[in-house]
Amino acid sequence: MTQVVPRRAATRTRPQSATFGGIDDPSGAPAPDGPDFAAIHDSPEFTALRRRFRRFVFPMTGLFLLWYLAYVLLAAYAADLMSTRLVGSVNLGLVLGLLQFASTITITALYVRWARKRVDPGVAEIRESAGAGR
Amino acid sequence: MTAPTALDVLADPARGQAGDPVLNSVVFGVFVLITLYVVYRVSSRNSSTADYYAAGGGFTGVQNGIALSGDFLSAASFLGIAGAIAIHGYDGFLYSIGFLVAWLVNLLLIAELVRNTGRFTMGDVLAFRMRQRPVRAAAATSTLVISLFYMLAQMAGAGAVVALLLDVHTKGGQAVVIAVVGLVMIFYVLVGGMKGTTWVQMIKAVVLLLCVVLMTVFLLGKFGFSFSALLDQAAANNTKGEKILDPGVQYGRTPITTLDFISLSLALILGAAGLPHVLMRFYTVPDARQARRSVVWAVGTMSVFYVATLVIGYGASALVGSERILDSTGKENSAAPLLAFEIGGTVLMGVVAAVAFATILAVVAGLTITASASFAHDVYANILRKGKADTAREVRVARLTAVVVGLLAIAGGIMANGQNVAFLVALAFAFAASANLSTLLYSLFWRRFNTSGTLWGMYGGLGSCLLLVFFSPVVSGAPTSIVSGVDFHLFPLSNPGIISIPVSFVCGYLGTVLSREQADPAMAKEMAVRSLTGIGR
Repeated sequence: MTQVVPRRAATRTRPQSATFGGIDDPSGAPAPDGPDFAAIHDSPEFTALRRRFRRFVFPMTGLFLLWYLAYVLLAAYAADLMSTRLVGSVNLGLVLGLLQFASTITITALYVRWARKRVDPGVAEIRESAGAGR
Repeated sequence: MTAPTALDVLADPARGQAGDPVLNSVVFGVFVLITLYVVYRVSSRNSSTADYYAAGGGFTGVQNGIALSGDFLSAASFLGIAGAIAIHGYDGFLYSIGFLVAWLVNLLLIAELVRNTGRFTMGDVLAFRMRQRPVRAAAATSTLVISLFYMLAQMAGAGAVVALLLDVHTKGGQAVVIAVVGLVMIFYVLVGGMKGTTWVQMIKAVVLLLCVVLMTVFLLGKFGFSFSALLDQAAANNTKGEKILDPGVQYGRTPITTLDFISLSLALILGAAGLPHVLMRFYTVPDARQARRSVVWAVGTMSVFYVATLVIGYGASALVGSERILDSTGKENSAAPLLAFEIGGTVLMGVVAAVAFATILAVVAGLTITASASFAHDVYANILRKGKADTAREVRVARLTAVVVGLLAIAGGIMANGQNVAFLVALAFAFAASANLSTLLYSLFWRRFNTSGTLWGMYGGLGSCLLLVFFSPVVSGAPTSIVSGVDFHLFPLSNPGIISIPVSFVCGYLGTVLSREQADPAMAKEMAVRSLTGIGR
């Protein structure tokens, strides 16, 4: 444990020494410690991207949660209704259950298509202007 | 209706024992040898932390998606759900739906953002903009608790599978087999790291999927591809009759069991996105789009799997019959193996047995590497060494932890053998949903969320879960309780989710607004940018 303390002290002073050592920096620039996250965060591109993202995923999450809860409550409290035979011995409960599978696959497909069109290009643009590359 | 003749032919003399133990062991042995070879081949270097924890981020979305389903489809999913459907009918199917729909939470809210924000563990994400040490300690605590509970359930199940499939009936013999399974698992993790473990999971997922799909097609074919005919036969051969086609056999008995079912459903759907071993898999891909593709593939394979288990479950009731299943050594868990014996003889039975073992092996390996990563990365490197540990030593600590965790799993599995521990998996989901999901979501989407909120949320969720379980019929006061003789149960439900999940969300909120501590705005901005764009990783 004894060696931990001096090491930690070294990290604490690192930013300072970086400023002093700025002259050694080959680029001569004030050593940009990675991308300027605050500037990216406040840029209109990022704000728009984030709004787009939240406007899709939050309502979608609400939708599938409600649909699942409705199904669970029906199974729990409306067993008679769920027992209605539809085709042969296949009842409403089974069909609704399989519809949960179908809706899960549909939402997955919708999200993937939407993200490819509406998120990925925006992300690529922001990454490029931040110099983070592809 | 060919089923009755099939039953006549197979008037099994040694009731409850199915198949040829030697063949079962041989098929399983072949699986182990193949996976050991693969693990050995892919694990040329595992010296850096990125290699050991995250396979260097080198897997594709497709590979990781298949591995995710391999990690997620535990013995409880395969043997447990098929058995539950065979015995209780529709109510068993409800499990499958929760397990599947839960992946939408991962897809929409978690997978891509977590992969962009963290590197190796759940603690990376939660501690990103908080005070490192307390938050990492909390994240490690919840990771270890969840992983150990989950693991115990898997290992305890192993005993039942051993009894059924290898015809080992003495406790001592079962203990030896459990120990061997555990040692093989430790070997996978030590030699293969995340890369080897991922390959084991992929191989297992493919074999499992092929196996259930073939059984399903065969079963449907036997009934002229009429699912309705299969259902009729299932009802005819089940002691509960037509009722197994409708909801309520298991959960509809009393208002309390119904409420328990709702609580369980909440835990299932909200838990998958908080399971540390699932979250950790998102770090094995190179970028957010591959993380997204992982979930897409996981959803695809799991949809097929759960539809297949529905057919297999009802098929087991139709061809084997509920009475024979319940009379066998493994009770409910033996439905799928017995059905395999019925339709494919000893060979298919051997394959299903091997798949069941492989499932336990792969899932426990995934849990072990997660627990070891959390201890080595969160506790050792970031709490004890304050982020200044060199990576070679960190990996050494991780390997050592893996051995300890593996040995704990073996010991736990031997001790819990034969106990009623099925609730542990549901409980692990409740823990994950209460302690992890609330804090992950707040951390990713709520700028004001701070260290004190994180701690309140995690410990509030974990604590309320533990407390509610301790005072539930799981521990005392019911015929199936762990403690018999004394009754100190105060809480009527066996799954705490319906209370503990809201408690953790409320705790996380209150802990944030009541503390005077301000969230670091610069770090909050950085996290928002990183999580959405992946800049900086």
